[in-house]
Amino acid sequence: MNELTTKTLTCIVCPIGCQIEVRLSENGQVKDISGNTCKRGYAYAETEFTNPTRTLTSTVRCKSKSERFLPVRTSAPIPKPKLNEAMELIKTIDVSAPIKMGEVVYADFVEKGIDLLACKTVEE
Amino acid sequence: MKEIYDIVIIGAGVSGAMLAHKLSKYKLDIAVVEAGCDVASGATRANSAIVHAGFDAANGTLKAELNVKGCAELPKIAEQLDVPYKNNTSLVVGFGEEDERTLNVLLERGRNNGVPGLEIIGKEKLHELEPNIADSATAALFAPTAGIICPYELTIACAENACINGCEFFFDYKVDKIECSDGVISVFAGEREVKARYAVNCAGVHSDEVARMIDPEFPIKLIPRRGEYMILDRAEGKTCSATIFTVPSKEGKGILVSPTVDGNLLVGPNAHMVERDDTSTTTPGLDEISTGARRIVPNINLRAVITSFAGVRPTPDTDDFHIEPSAALPNFLNLVGIESPGLASSPAVADYAIGKLAGMGAELIERGDYNPFRTTDGHKRKPFRELSDTEKLELCKKDPAYGKIICRCETITEGDILDAIRRPIPARTIDMVKMRTRAGMGRCQGGFCSPRVAELIANEFGVSLDTITKRGGESKLLTGKTK
Amino acid sequence: MEYNMEKKLVVVGGGPAGLAAALEAKRNGISPDDILIIERDRELGGILNQCIHAGFGLHMFGEELSGPEYSGRFIEDVKNEGIGYVTNSMVLSVSDDRVVTFVSPELGFVCMKAEAVVLCTGCRERTRGALNIPGTRPAGIYSAGTAQRFVNIEGFMPGKRVVILGSGDIGLIMARRMTLEGAKVLRVCELMPYSGGLARNIAQCLNDFDIPLYLSHTVTEIRGRERVEGVVISKVDENRRPIPGTEEYVECDTLLLSVGLIPENELAKSAGIKLDRITGGAVVNQFNETSVEGIFACGNALHVHDLVDFVTREAYMAGKSAAEYIKNNGELDVDSEVVGAIVCKAVDGVRYTVPQQVVKFEKSPAELKFFFRVDNIYKKVNIELVSGGEVIKSVSKRSVAPGEMESIVLSAAECARLYELNSGELEIRLNKNETAKA
Repeated sequence: MNELTTKTLTCIVCPIGCQIEVRLSENGQVKDISGNTCKRGYAYAETEFTNPTRTLTSTVRCKSKSERFLPVRTSAPIPKPKLNEAMELIKTIDVSAPIKMGEVVYADFVEKGIDLLACKTVEE
Repeated sequence: MKEIYDIVIIGAGVSGAMLAHKLSKYKLDIAVVEAGCDVASGATRANSAIVHAGFDAANGTLKAELNVKGCAELPKIAEQLDVPYKNNTSLVVGFGEEDERTLNVLLERGRNNGVPGLEIIGKEKLHELEPNIADSATAALFAPTAGIICPYELTIACAENACINGCEFFFDYKVDKIECSDGVISVFAGEREVKARYAVNCAGVHSDEVARMIDPEFPIKLIPRRGEYMILDRAEGKTCSATIFTVPSKEGKGILVSPTVDGNLLVGPNAHMVERDDTSTTTPGLDEISTGARRIVPNINLRAVITSFAGVRPTPDTDDFHIEPSAALPNFLNLVGIESPGLASSPAVADYAIGKLAGMGAELIERGDYNPFRTTDGHKRKPFRELSDTEKLELCKKDPAYGKIICRCETITEGDILDAIRRPIPARTIDMVKMRTRAGMGRCQGGFCSPRVAELIANEFGVSLDTITKRGGESKLLTGKTK
Repeated sequence: MEYNMEKKLVVVGGGPAGLAAALEAKRNGISPDDILIIERDRELGGILNQCIHAGFGLHMFGEELSGPEYSGRFIEDVKNEGIGYVTNSMVLSVSDDRVVTFVSPELGFVCMKAEAVVLCTGCRERTRGALNIPGTRPAGIYSAGTAQRFVNIEGFMPGKRVVILGSGDIGLIMARRMTLEGAKVLRVCELMPYSGGLARNIAQCLNDFDIPLYLSHTVTEIRGRERVEGVVISKVDENRRPIPGTEEYVECDTLLLSVGLIPENELAKSAGIKLDRITGGAVVNQFNETSVEGIFACGNALHVHDLVDFVTREAYMAGKSAAEYIKNNGELDVDSEVVGAIVCKAVDGVRYTVPQQVVKFEKSPAELKFFFRVDNIYKKVNIELVSGGEVIKSVSKRSVAPGEMESIVLSAAECARLYELNSGELEIRLNKNETAKA
């Protein structure tokens, strides 16, 4: 069980884009991480092989004087395999002004505890 | 739509539109059928935009006669119909003795054609007139009557004038069959039919095909030859002031460098045989015209290219304009092989055609209520960008839509665009707006303004944004809604 | 023309640069009533309004915001501070004596004379025309930014089967965005042997969705009469010339171009401002002042940035300088006399620097910061600031790339040394050998 496979990945947590090396055991467990330059990068590399997640941004239909669509994002990264499901759900959402930036547009979006947030204030 | 028109014109290029304009002062019911979704959709849309002086065509040809006449009349028509025209003169530049011999041949030919003011100028004078020209240029033929004009703006103007005088236009009308019974000609496009007592074939690059629809023996064949061009940013518009040609070859007048009436610089064309509607550009072609342009102006800034395009010339195998009634049908007039200098010749081509129509029996009685202008209110309003500050202030007060800039590269306002959308021939596509207002012709090439122009068209016609096209047919901008 | 409005400071552009410049001018003592932000769109926020993806603000706020959230914070501040702004308003001209004209549907034609002007006009995208891609001219060819506007603001899809030329960040972002909205992005082609976008965008926008990136490839022909039907893609050699025989036809209905951004400087040109041939933006000094006194420039109008956070910081400098200039009646520093100038030069692997010159006062400054870009990918280099043959500062980097803007700061002591050397020149260069030893 000493055979480790090394995988390289590009860190996505900040614009620097560090190349991180992750060594995995045969059963896919993360044994060692190097090349990251911050803690967030370490955390990213760890989850990327166990439960990869992504912040999703998109738009939802919006009834208002000025906008037809409201930009939205998830309050936290959601599991990567759920991106398509999330996009389908987003298509069903309608909102109306007034909306404040940061307001919850849809609670428990795809995952419990993760909300879909308004990224813009639309006054009327 | 009338049951039977007096005259149907097939094709709304510069020849067809000019003819419609000139015929509309008579008591006639006129229809124009056009295959494209707009006027000037064929060779008129993409050419050198030059009003040639008239020294190219061989002595004694119809082309020579009509070119010189047309060149003299065009400035007056341009002024009457608010079409920008500039008498920027032209130079045919020679490099060395052999070229200079050709220049003398052109001079002689031009004088015989009746071109006024032609002269050969020496190296010193040439470089004084055009400081950026190649040092190796030794002499030039100077033509003081040559000019530049926007070919599609001229065509649009003629069509709009014809339209307000009652002429009817039918677009997306690709003629596929022509029949005649009891002296009435039926021009078909699929299920659609337009009937008239006389028909005039102004179908440009397809005019020989149209001629053969009623006369399979029609003898003239068109050899479609494509010319590729590049347009440079306005910053380069002052590279030269005259239109500069090199000495002509068998293939055409050669590659030229010319300012455009809008202030850009035009480079091109080459000449290659292609399929009739093949207006694509090619890498070797663009290289060829770059090389040709550098020969004239070695320090030309080709990095300032904002777009390239190609047009197909309707070159006849007879090398002359053909304006004659069909041998098979006496009330059918053919205009075939109206290639360069068809733009310069257009007023004279129309007059000549009208003479033929009269000879064919068409009754030409001047009407009392003819409007010689571009709009029902007289002259067309100047575009916003050409107004003085005080005029801008006044116009914005009167109509706030002129205070909203839509195309920022060319300073085109919402007012200018709405005006184009609401003209006698309404602009219904992105390209129609572009050709009428210049919105999208600047350095960003519509990146910023085309979504907004599309929105204005959609709002005006009460349709969804995803139905708007670039230039009719299947050229939709969008493929559907996101959600 | 009579003046029909009065403002001390005119900020041209209400995007991130303009918002930050106006806020900083206010913080430095200009009354909010004396400031006017002129925005051409219907709302403040600039291009960030359509950049709905996350990734903005890590430096400014320590969190990753979407574009509208990032600009939204500054818009709220501008509104709360009572800073004047107009929207739907397009500046038509700025003269060298700071006469500004603009039009809007609400105000009509406005002409005024400002004491200072900050140009925050952003940038535009390079087009197909500029690339001179041969072929037909059908519908379905868009810059990535135009497509982004269609998808994110208008809610329409510009196409279903997409090829993207250029691996700039907007192109990569749009590859992901259009994929999520149901389009098939067939491939991204990049002329250069390396990507023009951030590494993380390759990872999260392409790799996540199995979109292939073809380096050293370009589009050599566009086909389709009315709508795009396909494109021909060719491999290019080291001189970026297509290699005959490598052509491959790819059926698609859309070609998106993400082939570079160009600072928007028509107004700067109209004011007679000297432009830098490489950046395409104005030549400025350390105060972000252009060659025309009292006119300042910052943000993407000055040079194209990768990160909006740096645009904001640069705009703070321009806004502060403009405020000082107004308060001091046309002087940037009242405590110290101007004694000369230092010309900054980009050499040995460095393409450009901003600022391009340093105004030299009697007293040396507490800090000088330079932004620059390199001309190729280099591993293990030293970035050096050299004046009169002496290396004043050297910073080692693991790697540098043209796609990533670099910066280097001179401390008070290093500034003092620069002044002492008195050479009139400062070079920014890459030392590729020195680091091999280190």
